[in-house]
Amino acid sequence: MKRNVLAVLLTAVMTAAMLAGCGSGSGAASGGSGDGGEVIKIGVFEPLTGENGGGGSQEADGIKYANQVYPEVLGKKVELVIVDNKSDKGEATTAATRLVEQEGVVAVIGSYGSGVSIAAGDIFKNAKVPAMGASCTNPMVTEGNDYYFRTCFLDPFQGTVMANYCTQQGFTKAAIVYQNGDDYSTGLANFFKASFEGAGGSVVSEGVIQTNDSDYNSILTNIKASDAEVIFAPSSITVAGAFIKQARALGIDALICAGDTWENEAIIDVAGEAAEGVVLSTFYDENDASASEEAKKFVPGFKEYLGGDAIIPAVSALGYDAYCVVLDAIERAGSTDGEAVRQALADTSEFVGVTGAITFDENGDAQKNVAIVKTVEGGKFKYLDTVVVGE
Amino acid sequence: MSMDIFLQHLLNGISVGSLYALIAIGYTMVYGILLLINFAHGDIFMMASYFMIFAVVDFGLPVWISLPMIIVLTVILGMLLERSAYKPLRNAPRMSIMISAIGASYLLENLAVYLFSGVPKGYPDIPWLTKVINVGTISFQTVTVIAPVLVIVILGALMALVNHTRTGMAMRAVSKDFETARLMGVRIDRVIAVTFAIGSGLAAVGSVLWGAKYSSVYPLMGVMPGLKCFVAAVFGGIGNIPGAVLGGIVLGLGETLLVAFFPGLTGYRDAFAFVVLIVMLLVRPNGLLGEKEADKV
Repeated sequence: MKRNVLAVLLTAVMTAAMLAGCGSGSGAASGGSGDGGEVIKIGVFEPLTGENGGGGSQEADGIKYANQVYPEVLGKKVELVIVDNKSDKGEATTAATRLVEQEGVVAVIGSYGSGVSIAAGDIFKNAKVPAMGASCTNPMVTEGNDYYFRTCFLDPFQGTVMANYCTQQGFTKAAIVYQNGDDYSTGLANFFKASFEGAGGSVVSEGVIQTNDSDYNSILTNIKASDAEVIFAPSSITVAGAFIKQARALGIDALICAGDTWENEAIIDVAGEAAEGVVLSTFYDENDASASEEAKKFVPGFKEYLGGDAIIPAVSALGYDAYCVVLDAIERAGSTDGEAVRQALADTSEFVGVTGAITFDENGDAQKNVAIVKTVEGGKFKYLDTVVVGE
Repeated sequence: MSMDIFLQHLLNGISVGSLYALIAIGYTMVYGILLLINFAHGDIFMMASYFMIFAVVDFGLPVWISLPMIIVLTVILGMLLERSAYKPLRNAPRMSIMISAIGASYLLENLAVYLFSGVPKGYPDIPWLTKVINVGTISFQTVTVIAPVLVIVILGALMALVNHTRTGMAMRAVSKDFETARLMGVRIDRVIAVTFAIGSGLAAVGSVLWGAKYSSVYPLMGVMPGLKCFVAAVFGGIGNIPGAVLGGIVLGLGETLLVAFFPGLTGYRDAFAFVVLIVMLLVRPNGLLGEKEADKV
């Protein structure tokens, strides 16, 4: 009996939280649980298998948790349609077509990995289905596509943050390593290179990694010979751990750094002690004291959802925000029409999410100018610095 | 390029080549007996890595118990695969059994994604394999030296087995002529089972060395080594055991030295393996050490 009371109370709190959290002023208090029998479908377009399967699943976890916290919009139940784009550009277009044609989703969230998002962009645009990227940081995702938005910062920004960091540490010789055919990795490496060279540094070695390859010794030996002081290696988490470990085994003691993908405990698990001192930029820090109320609720809630005390991956937080911002837009649009939802998304202003306030610029990119730099210390990710890059 | 950097590249090449060789032996033996390209071989290798993680990390067993245990488990998996996916198709056209092999490969990969998720796991640290040795400015792990030595020992043992035992004689007979060997009373099923057992056992040994060297374990980790080792086996002459070892080492060295001498071509590392395969098939279809028979290897 007591448990029932608790459940009712919890539901009430959650409904209230949803209205407050998703910033909807129009109190169309919908108590009943989807009594119309109709559902609103939102597509989740993520790589669950393949090269980026690990990160994609974590982003999907954040979206699924958000759906559990805020299960309704416009008085209807929200149903997530999860498709696997298999980290493959070809599979991505198939999966995207399935979402818009067969499933008839109202909006799409995803994908982890910029390459697959770029590949699927036109499909969403032509079908007039708004898409909300969570962690795809390559500029080309939203460029020239009115229907693609995203909740994270962009690679030119991220590349600048890391290049500035390296310059500030007094490094002048860098090596860059990136993955062949991966738009995220090649893009970020090039933005880093441009910024680093712009600040007076030089790139002394460039290495290209093949997808599914595990041997990086030859690239690393070239880097060793080049006397680079810092290695910038934006890559998938599958590559990262092994890359770091092999670098240290070859006796390379240069600073190893990368972008947002590396904030993942799998890397520390794989690389072990070799991971110590690695530096990366990311979107979010769960221990940020100045975080919003939404963020403070999210941290314990999501940890409980995952059933552990592991660090919350930034991509999960972004996935959560992406879902909330889409739900908020549907609520404000008052309909599920693609054009109306797109307009509502474009009008989003100072939406308070877990990873900061979200306002979209004319490209559909969240205007975020804050990145967090972290390092690995004692087998954990440790907050190092918050970097704000002005206009 | 300075001497020490060149030596470092050479060491890298030989050690990755030795790992290719260990896996390539599995391909070549199965092909020699069954004329089947066992596409699931790379995935057996992947499964062996997960077995090791379970044994050491989840069950907390010491390495010296885990090692023989995972070899036995992998052998059982390999034989089970043969029993369920290949044996029922023994008299079917060769194409059917090859498709069954591709199916088995996908099954194992997706099973691993389902059971263990796509997030990479760290391979347990085996200190006597991962210890870093510094000679001047050259650094390498002990596994870098152990791998080629182990390959030579295993090659010697296998050659002894094939040439000087009854099982080996049966293997050679089956490889020469499957039907006639069967008519002469060679127990085909047993020979095939032994072949799969040896191949899978070597894949398990390879996975231990691979894990020590590359430390990252994920469901698709077997795909690239699988393809490359297949190339190595064809390069050396598929069906020929010393050929597979030679092919593996040549491929590993070639890949590494390509990157060493032409740093601009690092992106074409994998392409190198497949170009080698195509050139070999055009110039010498039977491979480096393959016998000069048109149809049978």
